[in-house]
Amino acid sequence: MCLAIPGQIESIDHDTNLAVVGVLGAKRKINTDLLIDETLVEGDWVLIHVGFAMSKISPEYAEEQLRVLEMLGDLDEAKAETEGYTFGSHGESQS
Amino acid sequence: MKYVDEFRDARTIRRLADEIAGLVDPGRTYRIMEICGGHTHSIFRFGLSQLLPDNIDLIHGPGCPVCVLPMGRMDVGLAMAEQDGLIFTAFGDMMRVPGSTGSPLESKARGADIRMVYSPLDALKIAQENPERPVMFFAIGFETTAPSTAVTIMRAKAAGVGNFFVFCNHILVNPAIRALLDMDDMRLDAFIGPGHVSTVIGCEPYRFIAEDYGRPIVVSGFEPVDIMQSIAMILRQMKDGTAKVENQYSRALPWEGNPAARAALDLVFETRDSFEWRGLGRIPHSAYAIREEFAEFDAEKQIGVHGQTFPDPVEAQCGDVLKGAIKPRDCRLFGNACTPETPVGALMVSSEGACAAQYKYADVTIGSTD
Ligand code: SF4
Repeated sequence: MCLAIPGQIESIDHDTNLAVVGVLGAKRKINTDLLIDETLVEGDWVLIHVGFAMSKISPEYAEEQLRVLEMLGDLDEAKAETEGYTFGSHGESQS
Repeated sequence: MKYVDEFRDARTIRRLADEIAGLVDPGRTYRIMEICGGHTHSIFRFGLSQLLPDNIDLIHGPGCPVCVLPMGRMDVGLAMAEQDGLIFTAFGDMMRVPGSTGSPLESKARGADIRMVYSPLDALKIAQENPERPVMFFAIGFETTAPSTAVTIMRAKAAGVGNFFVFCNHILVNPAIRALLDMDDMRLDAFIGPGHVSTVIGCEPYRFIAEDYGRPIVVSGFEPVDIMQSIAMILRQMKDGTAKVENQYSRALPWEGNPAARAALDLVFETRDSFEWRGLGRIPHSAYAIREEFAEFDAEKQIGVHGQTFPDPVEAQCGDVLKGAIKPRDCRLFGNACTPETPVGALMVSSEGACAAQYKYADVTIGSTD
């Protein structure tokens, strides 16, 4: 839960503030309400925490943060977290 | 990739270790607290204490939100789970945390509808998909996580969701630091400041630590090199006889934090008069409650609970560990009655918990950074 996971924005819907990001090899929907003060465009990197983009970051820092997750042995947990977000998808949520 | 090369480099770490050795006064001791559980994890994972002179003591602070939650709050949450038809949702970290009648997972085994979520928005989605059932989200975390809960509540209101309730256990980092500094039996010389909390609150709110208490604080990144560099920055301040807030993590952390996240916090939450922390007791203004304007989503107001709550077991020394008064391995239950398989306290469950970190990395020696 305390993870901060870097993801790259692939598209963003400014009506719902939901963005599709590439994160750890997968595509997930995340919420960008907390970055309304920033201009977010395709290709930007953000740090994701519990389904929310928390800050816009540089590509260098995104890479560094990935390595921190790897070094601390948190990559699997980060993957499980991002794969577990269900709010951007339709249909039954997982239990 | 400048940083990548730099931070991979174990030689940089050794150079910093030498610099630190040169900055310490052998005639005194240094008690430096890292507040964030992520730092604690990194310190144990890389055996960083072994790179430091003996008179520097790294004290592990109360920065793991699951760890500082008193058992009574878990009991209240689990009592809600026992209500007919209620769906209890929480982050995975909470699932094995013991309440006095067992963990959420054990409640689930007894038939409660307990579901793990990865985002508060997932809990809201469950509520929207199950309109006939109350859905409670067990909200926990520092200022890093609280804005996500705030936005979720705002979204629930906008969508007119009537069956979504938040059990708010969000806490604030600075009142806890102040409480530690005010303890008579506690000496802390400086702080390694939390990186991710600061992405929300920024660096300014730490000023009281330097100005009112005369202690340096350096907000730090999470790599071994970052932590070593932060310690060197702290020692340089102490050597110069100054105390200020510094940002070692400026490559990722803007000094002003995230104003939109703070606005969401202000809109949805107010601070409680006081809140109980495991080991630290009641700390004034140290937690958020949901504002009256959003009371319809407040589980404490909307879901009556008549469960009984119990204090933490007395043999467990979680409180002493959280205050930094003892090291995890010095708890009388560490490694015997309390292990990751049979946790007595939350500090043994959460990956950010000091006891879990010490248990897992007991044999880590330096050099593992290469
Ligand atoms: S070893 Fe167990 S009981 Fe002792 S402080 Fe750690 S979590 Fe608490």
